[in-house]
Amino acid sequence: MDKVGIFAVPAAVFVIVVFGLIRGVPVFDAFLSGAKEGLGSAVSILPPLVGLVMAVSMLNASGALDILSSLLSPAAAFIGIPVQDIPLALIKPVSGSGSTAVLSQIFKTNGPDSFAGRVASVMAGSTETTFYAVTVYYGAVGIKKTRHTIPAAVTADITACIMSVLTVRLFFY
Amino acid sequence: MNKLLNYIWAFMILASIFCASATGRMPQLSAAVLSGASDAVTLVISMAGMMCAWTGLMKIADRGGITSILSSALNPLMRRIFPKCKKGSPAQKAMCMNITANMLGLGNAATPLGIAAMKELKKSNPTDAADSTMAMFVVVNTSSIQIIPTFMGALRAQYGSAAPFDILPAVWVTSLCSVAVGILCAKLLEGFPYG
Repeated sequence: MDKVGIFAVPAAVFVIVVFGLIRGVPVFDAFLSGAKEGLGSAVSILPPLVGLVMAVSMLNASGALDILSSLLSPAAAFIGIPVQDIPLALIKPVSGSGSTAVLSQIFKTNGPDSFAGRVASVMAGSTETTFYAVTVYYGAVGIKKTRHTIPAAVTADITACIMSVLTVRLFFY
Repeated sequence: MNKLLNYIWAFMILASIFCASATGRMPQLSAAVLSGASDAVTLVISMAGMMCAWTGLMKIADRGGITSILSSALNPLMRRIFPKCKKGSPAQKAMCMNITANMLGLGNAATPLGIAAMKELKKSNPTDAADSTMAMFVVVNTSSIQIIPTFMGALRAQYGSAAPFDILPAVWVTSLCSVAVGILCAKLLEGFPYG
């Protein structure tokens, strides 16, 4: 299965380029015109990202994340989420690199095949960095009013947290 | 951004400052303000290459007709989730590319393709408010729909897991549930007026 990851990207690039050549597309010209648009997108997501990453590193450095985790632990215990996994549930919606760091810590202290380790794996594997995606996608096109996006996305995230506990119980214990 | 995001952001900042003053971690906090801001710039710069590469490849795929094939193949599903988005429209093609990249676990490709899709959607929306197609698209993107989470497998293997991919069935069931709940919520909430 590890091989899939190694081959997925080259295979996708291969199919795209070969298909383009067969259809007579001027592949390099097409690539350049697309790449130019990509650069524009990168520039437009910078300001919202500075705001978000700054707030996340402040949360981490101040210890606010630990305090929030301990405040939430009774509620989490009620659903059955292992205490060790609460920081992951909090950081995952806002930061991909932050959640990788927390996840590594959980694996290191509990082991990846422990209950907490498995729940953490499923939790991290089945959710995305919600606020990061909202910031980047809406920031890139200048949408200011996100309407019902966040309530719906957060409900999906909470569902994933609860389901990760239930599915690990179901499949492993 | 809307009110909710404003409040969440303000809460993150204020809670951090409050906690840092209570726990005496002010030096770390003031370092984090600067390093966080410059981390974001580093992140964008390291992403810029990826974004250019994948939007470039997307252009080739589009002119070569791959996106039309994907768009037709995924249409039965897309038609139900995004009823306002026409089959074969540039926006639908870009959304199909993004969803395919997500499912294949090409995380680096999915974001630029998703932004390309948002740009197509924006063309038919002159306001600064998200329409229901945009909201649904972002919600689908925020609940991961990955078939093989390769990164997760690699990380589990690195920490000595006996079977790094034994979590897959649990991940699939969990992802399906969260995507379904997200779609349902977005459908239910799209009728309500929001600031």
